[in-house]
Amino acid sequence: MTATSVSRSGTSPADAVLPRLPGIWRTGLVRGRLEVRAFFRERQSVVFVFALPAILLVLLGSIYGHDTAVRGVTVGQLFTAGMIAGGIGATSFQNLGLTIAAERERGTLKRLRGTPLAPSAYFVGKVILVFVCTIAEVIVLVAVGMVFYHLHLPTSVARWWTLAWVFILGTIACSLVGIAISSLPSSATNSFPVITLPFLVLQFISGVYVPFNNVPPWLQHIAAVFPLKWMSQGLRSVFLPAQAAALQPGHAWQHGQTALVLAVWIAGGLVLCLMTFRWRPRGDG
Amino acid sequence: MSSDTAIEVRGLRKSYGGTLAVDGIDLDISRGEVFALLGPNGAGKTTTVEILEGYRHRDGGTVAVLGQDPANAGRNWRARIGIVLQLTSEPELTVGEMVSMFAGFYPLPRDPGEVIELVGLGGLDARRGNQLSGGQRRRLDVALGIVGRPELLFLDEPTTGFDPEARRQFWELIAHLASEGTTILLTTHYLPEAEALADRVAVLASGQVVALGAPATLGGRVTQDAQVSWEAPEGRRTLQTATPTKVVAELSGQFGGEIPGLAVTRPSLEDVYLELIGADR
Repeated sequence: MTATSVSRSGTSPADAVLPRLPGIWRTGLVRGRLEVRAFFRERQSVVFVFALPAILLVLLGSIYGHDTAVRGVTVGQLFTAGMIAGGIGATSFQNLGLTIAAERERGTLKRLRGTPLAPSAYFVGKVILVFVCTIAEVIVLVAVGMVFYHLHLPTSVARWWTLAWVFILGTIACSLVGIAISSLPSSATNSFPVITLPFLVLQFISGVYVPFNNVPPWLQHIAAVFPLKWMSQGLRSVFLPAQAAALQPGHAWQHGQTALVLAVWIAGGLVLCLMTFRWRPRGDG
Repeated sequence: MSSDTAIEVRGLRKSYGGTLAVDGIDLDISRGEVFALLGPNGAGKTTTVEILEGYRHRDGGTVAVLGQDPANAGRNWRARIGIVLQLTSEPELTVGEMVSMFAGFYPLPRDPGEVIELVGLGGLDARRGNQLSGGQRRRLDVALGIVGRPELLFLDEPTTGFDPEARRQFWELIAHLASEGTTILLTTHYLPEAEALADRVAVLASGQVVALGAPATLGGRVTQDAQVSWEAPEGRRTLQTATPTKVVAELSGQFGGEIPGLAVTRPSLEDVYLELIGADR
């Protein structure tokens, strides 16, 4: 109370003793906790974002899963690796794209903009949301793969390292593009054609719903522009035996190229976010 | 700008695609004052307030809110203002979670529990946004606007959609905040609201201030001619006069006491208001 009266009776705001604002990390953490809570409370996000990849994995796997893709590798294992990439895309790209578009339309962002909350604290909250959901998603999908399709956890340090960097670079790239694309729908009801549909198409041509070696070459070339194809390829190199490399374009895992493409998307996504992020809906001031 | 001034506006202008929404507005609002911007839809009230809140950029004029230009004021400035927005609540978060979270954004917040009680949501802490009624959502909006203990509170059309009971409770809350020294700027197109709450009112029409003053004196209300009417033997008569007391005394003499059907009226705030905004059209 005393500090309030100091700032009120000061001769000008400049020489008034302003109380310290709460720190960015603390408020970011509080927001992150509530973001995660809200995500798992909302049926739509739990079913269509979080659970869908696992449901599809069980479904597709039970139809084609026990076919042999290449000696010692089942289609089910291929699907699992690809679906983990799809799951990362769902809880980062799709989740952020949909929730931020909805927040912008509801006015949540406008309201936050009118408070002393630091914009960076808002994004710290989103980072927490994405990493918690995405890690949980990967664990669920790996568990489904292990139970149904004889998927094995990586056995070498090198493979764990690959899992770590593909996961981190992929999640960051997808998140940034998700934040950028959230500005595109003119309303949250327009999110399907702008966010969900392209993501669905991309999953079909990037080796998530269909083994990548079954995708026609011209579609493979299109997929190679986007991060998802590289993420699913990187994850196959983590979870499949070495001979599965024979199924890849160029018969190699192409780790260098994967890291490069993801890094380019991170840089491009960051620039896009900085250029396009809006606190208010389009056409509103 | 003196330290007693909360808001100072000079020659404010803003247009949208060639249409002038705000056309040279001047305002001086003192600390501790409850000030109402009154006007019909499209008069420029919301545009003006959103410029003062830092949400919109202006095309011209100078603006100082708590000594700073809202167009480039930072987080410390935002910590001293409160904005009540009418929004869809966060569907999945509870009243308690929302108010506590917002309290955490400010350096000297009010106690979230007290705020929830104050706005009339006591006992509804655990209610989620998508389970609130329209009136309860508006109360939550108010709670989020005041939990940071603002020196200056903005309320844009705060009671739109309220039933009379809720509106009366809301007025009591505003009076309470004002009694604590909070400066309040509200917009409304609802006359009784301006009359009940505001120390001073500015009437806006077509982006300009057409009248400014205390509700009782607005538009020369107290100095305008009064109407004296009564039942004369030949029928009801009405006289427009600047000296109603004298007229009544004379009539009383004529009738030898009681004047049948006597009425002395001055233009109501509504009459003045309609004349003000009508004259501009």
